Amino acid sequence: MSILVNRDTRLLVQGITGREGEFHSTAMLEYGTDIVAGVTPGKGGQSALDGRVPVFDTVAEAVEQTGANASCIFVPAAFAPDAMLEASAARIPLVICITEGVPALDMLRVYHVLRANGTRLIGPNCPGLTTVDEAKVGIIPGNIHARGSVGLVSRSGTLTYEVVQAMTDAGMGQSTCVGIGGDPIIGTSFIDVLDMFNQDPETEAIVMIGEIGGEEEEKAAAFCAREVRKPMAAFIAGRTAPPGRRMGHAGAIISSGGEGTAESKRAALEEAGIRVADSPSHIPQLLRDAGVR
Amino acid sequence: MKLQEYRSKEILARHGVPLLAGQTATTPEEARAAAARTGGPVVVKAQVLVGGRGKAGGVKLAQTPDEAEEKAREIIGLDIKGTTVKTVLVAPAADIDHEYYLGLILDRASKAVTVIASAEGGVEIEETARTNPDAILRLPLHPLIGLQEHETRRIGFFLGIPAELRKDFATTMRGLYAAFVASDADLAEINPLVVTTDGRLLSLDAKIVLDDSALPRHPDLEAMRDLNEEEPSEIAAREAGISFIKLDGSIGCMVNGAGLAMTTMDLVKLAGGEPANFLDIGGGAKADKVTAAFRIILDDPNVKAILINIFGGITRGDEVARGIVEARSNLERDVPMVVRIVGTNAEEAKPILAEANLITADSLDDAAAKAVAAAGGGA
Repeated sequence: MSILVNRDTRLLVQGITGREGEFHSTAMLEYGTDIVAGVTPGKGGQSALDGRVPVFDTVAEAVEQTGANASCIFVPAAFAPDAMLEASAARIPLVICITEGVPALDMLRVYHVLRANGTRLIGPNCPGLTTVDEAKVGIIPGNIHARGSVGLVSRSGTLTYEVVQAMTDAGMGQSTCVGIGGDPIIGTSFIDVLDMFNQDPETEAIVMIGEIGGEEEEKAAAFCAREVRKPMAAFIAGRTAPPGRRMGHAGAIISSGGEGTAESKRAALEEAGIRVADSPSHIPQLLRDAGVR
Repeated sequence: MKLQEYRSKEILARHGVPLLAGQTATTPEEARAAAARTGGPVVVKAQVLVGGRGKAGGVKLAQTPDEAEEKAREIIGLDIKGTTVKTVLVAPAADIDHEYYLGLILDRASKAVTVIASAEGGVEIEETARTNPDAILRLPLHPLIGLQEHETRRIGFFLGIPAELRKDFATTMRGLYAAFVASDADLAEINPLVVTTDGRLLSLDAKIVLDDSALPRHPDLEAMRDLNEEEPSEIAAREAGISFIKLDGSIGCMVNGAGLAMTTMDLVKLAGGEPANFLDIGGGAKADKVTAAFRIILDDPNVKAILINIFGGITRGDEVARGIVEARSNLERDVPMVVRIVGTNAEEAKPILAEANLITADSLDDAAAKAVAAAGGGA
């Protein structure tokens, strides 16, 4: 079980012959992810990763030949919207877009088309997701995990690794870790993932890592107060971020009107009964306080 | 990226929005000449990206070219919230009968380009949202088919645009939407949109903020960037491919990943210090990029110590350590440095760092505390 990806995931990688695509596909394969195909237009008929993965010209062809049921996208930002639309057109149910820097207006169109097609999109501008000891899709380092029952959802990349490492060091394993992405328009929200964790019998507790910008954390807090009875802990990055400045992630900005602050998110989470850590290293203790073994 | 008023108006005019564009001037003499060409009373307006320029004395009415020169002399060189005015816009003055607000934003909650309109123009929309939220219309547009005529009519009726100006309003609304889409904007606003006493509908002030992710496909808009408005260190960082924001503290931060970079700043503050910057060096942490990041951080004389936090993951920790040591050897100025590396071979990184007199730390909390101590306590 766990969520989104597992041993039955048959992964396709779009952009498998590029530098990033090849590097991270190798790491995914070594982790045990079942990569069944790659797509690079014009390189159909070749193979990638030392002959271990067949390469196709189109996603449709790859799906037909290999039965791929998830796609991970590593293509450059200018081509990423088209790659997401191609995966969705080929009826791949789960698309994970790692690419950073996709223009927001392109993402609006992609978001709505994929939604209409019933495609679940994770990202863009995300590190991907890992179901521990089953499947790693994306760029989250495999060696930081330990198998366990805590689900983790985050808008960030390396900050996610930091929290996962702290949990593993404290002997607290994870079920699935999902990076939903740092852009203003992303396919899957906190609430979507929290809902999945809430219903997943293998997930007994949930960690949520947010940051400044937007109001998704506030909405997620309201959802948790209403629906989630599993123990939770949270962290919000950006308490020292100045208003009106984009802090690296396209979506990480406190508006000049003062919306999207860390304080507002923290207050909403605490209001929902979720403890918010001052440092990522405090997360395991907060989980223990909340009753996690 | 924020565009200056005159640039924003240039883009709107290109899409047919009725406005009085005016001319820019960088000297009082040029302002005088511009006013003479315009004829009649003009408004001299400081071109700065910060809000509240009117209250700061950056917008002045002039009846004659002589007066325009005098007002421009007062405004050029004026410091408005830390920005020195270099350019003014000299635009024909208009007698205002009514002011409206008309804007488009890329709304992340509704995942749509959304119209924001209010009959209470001339004040900031955030102000209206606080004092009279019912006076604001929020209308998300369809992401695939965009602005429709019935929506344009509805907005016009909501605002109470006089019947004889509805056609001009439709032209303005369509032009604003076309400009937003064509330039890949995050925000495009006309404030105020006015009806003049002689019965014209005009956009008197405009602001466009562009989506940074889309700038690579708009070299013409990238060329509108106003370097006068940016910190030299932030310009250098952008050229080096480093995400950097200058702050006021004494502890420089070098981190890979935006979320972790923010967290590092937060922990510096929690440990009693003040961060000097946000810096995301990106993946890999190669020696040349580390060198560029060191230079950018140390360019700030307030920096008393640097905290380097690299979560390597699959990157080899000892390679990152060698990169840091090598980069440091190229620097002209030196301050205490605390390094925390996580990843494969992180243990092998420690002797390399220690030999080069860098302070090592095991955890991020420990690193923040050591950096604050190395900088001589609090900020």
